[in-house]
Amino acid sequence: MDRPLRIVVAKAGLDGHDRGAKVIARALRDAGMEVIYTGLFQTPEQIVQTAIQEDADGIGLSILSGAHMTLFPLIIDQLKAQQAEDIVFFGGGTIPPEDAEALRERGVQAVFTPGAPLQDIVDFVNDACGKRRALVG
Amino acid sequence: MMDRPTGGGQPTPEFEAQQAAWEASSAKGKPRSGPGSGATDRTLSDIPLKTCYGPADTAELDLARDLAWPGQYPYTRGIHPNGFRDRLWTMRQFAGFGTARQTNERYHFLLAQGQMGLSVAFDMPTLMGYDSDAPHARGEVGKCGVAIDSLADMEVLFEGIDMGKITTSMTINGPAAIAVAQYIAAAEKKGIPRAMLGGTIQADILKEYIAQKEWIFPPRPHMRIIVDMIQFCTEQMPKWNTISISGYHIREAGSTAAQELAFTLADGFAYVEACMKAGMDVDSFAPRLSYFFNAHIDFFEEIAKFRAARRIYARRMREKYGAKDPKSWQLRFHTQTAGCSATAQQPENNIVRVAYEALSAVLGGTQSLHTNSMDEVLALPTEKSVEIALRTQQVLAYETNVTNVVDPLGGSYFVEALTDEMERQAEAYFAQIEEFGGVIEAIEAGFFQKEIADASYRYQRSVESKDRVIVGVNHFTRDEERGDMDLLRITEETEREQAASVRAVRESRDAAAVAKTLERLKAACADPKDNLMPHLIDCVNAYCTEGEIVDTMVSVYGRYTERSVF
Repeated sequence: MDRPLRIVVAKAGLDGHDRGAKVIARALRDAGMEVIYTGLFQTPEQIVQTAIQEDADGIGLSILSGAHMTLFPLIIDQLKAQQAEDIVFFGGGTIPPEDAEALRERGVQAVFTPGAPLQDIVDFVNDACGKRRALVG
Repeated sequence: MMDRPTGGGQPTPEFEAQQAAWEASSAKGKPRSGPGSGATDRTLSDIPLKTCYGPADTAELDLARDLAWPGQYPYTRGIHPNGFRDRLWTMRQFAGFGTARQTNERYHFLLAQGQMGLSVAFDMPTLMGYDSDAPHARGEVGKCGVAIDSLADMEVLFEGIDMGKITTSMTINGPAAIAVAQYIAAAEKKGIPRAMLGGTIQADILKEYIAQKEWIFPPRPHMRIIVDMIQFCTEQMPKWNTISISGYHIREAGSTAAQELAFTLADGFAYVEACMKAGMDVDSFAPRLSYFFNAHIDFFEEIAKFRAARRIYARRMREKYGAKDPKSWQLRFHTQTAGCSATAQQPENNIVRVAYEALSAVLGGTQSLHTNSMDEVLALPTEKSVEIALRTQQVLAYETNVTNVVDPLGGSYFVEALTDEMERQAEAYFAQIEEFGGVIEAIEAGFFQKEIADASYRYQRSVESKDRVIVGVNHFTRDEERGDMDLLRITEETEREQAASVRAVRESRDAAAVAKTLERLKAACADPKDNLMPHLIDCVNAYCTEGEIVDTMVSVYGRYTERSVF
């Protein structure tokens, strides 16, 4: 691979819980990826814009406020609207199992819940975003 | 009994021979290997631990200077001479979800189960200063707390509850002064004067920049708002604890115990200095400051943290700030068990974790306690899981008999040594913060944020490597998780209902009064000599919404944005 995978780690809505997002950001960086952390309180529009401008391979969204069933789908809508559906979209947070399943059905490629090993997340990102990179170059 | 010299607690030759023999046999031990073994020689916060502690570890301890007795300076052993014998801690469960109507029903349930005080959890839009129909609020209304848009909601929240008798804690920071104004207005509408109101409001904005991230304005105007609020409440609400300086969220964000201790107390001292700078006498306001700590899973470390907190606080308040009233020296605190120690896997195990954490808070001499519910890692708690959490406290208070002896671990070689170590680490952090020029300067430099992010990542790595075992997560796991927990669901209907209700409030009120009170508030924001509180009470009584009040203040102060570090 010529250049490392590039991932946007995002926080949306009004949720200030950034411990998980920062740990993931650092783990992905330690695994050799380029990580752009959006900071807090981003709108779905801003997050997808950032990913496009940064030519990112993936977006990882962290939500712990309970607003996941609203905000994840809004990002999927934005990816469609901005013709960026090739960007791998994954996420995590305090998300009950049924909701995680529903989000996967709606197009979130992976949903990680509390206790997920960092290595699993790194492996997923490497694999899914690596495939995306191979396709779009 | 044999007649022989005992050494009066001092090591005798016989004791020293015993020690040498123990050291020899201890050295032959075989340290465990495998999961969890790497963590056996350190606390959760990475403080190295000996196998066993003895008199040499407390040789420096000056009994009168460092310990004294319960109710005596420096209060290491507690602030009350009789501990829990005179009065149990307040069992105060943090609760709020959906609409004010739904949360009011939960409060009536909790009070009927024997809870002693109320604690309001607000939803994200309320905490961030947005009305429920604002674009920023989408998906968040009523989700992690109750939506309070205007006085109308505050009135419903306390329907059928005697605000003159109950004490209420409100966890809100950015718009804290507005929430106090709403609470005062709701009570006065029922004919209860503000002077009778008891409780506290978190209002700790410094830890928002450090850890929880629910800010509105930049730090300096926010400090002015808080000083105004402390001054107003000190003068007009003698039973109200004016601020609850909180380490809980610092710990939840991933700090160590020593960081929680040091950063929280540093914030507390920053408020003390700000109030003194505004011309207030330290003894006029300090007795009503309160604190809020986390009770994490490392049992003794937590107890040492609570004991060290009291000692450091007393010393600084007396020696550095010149407080003369013993009440100004006494650190009073609320404790909540660690949400971040709860696991989504095998969630019933959280009941056990909470019980141990609650015990550490009680042995550490807490004034009030919230025990987390087992399902809070997945959603807001159901009535059933909240009841178990409350019963956990009741078993502790009424069955275990731990309430009969004050500071039962006082004098323990281990706990005293760990208490000293906590104090030493906190003092080292105070020195670092001073080098930045103070708490606000250290926030602006990203110091706290970086320290916490580092500690949190270190911890996560130790979990990954299985140095730290978390039962049900990285050890003793089940192949299939049982998905049979009933969870509390907040529906989109709540959001629609609440948005409609705030619109109805806007249509039914006197528009001229709204415009006039907001105009006066704006003028007061620009005039540092005018206390904001009376203006906020006027706005609230005119049924200005929280979003309107915040927008008015933002028009003067601006909104804060963070430079993110990870």
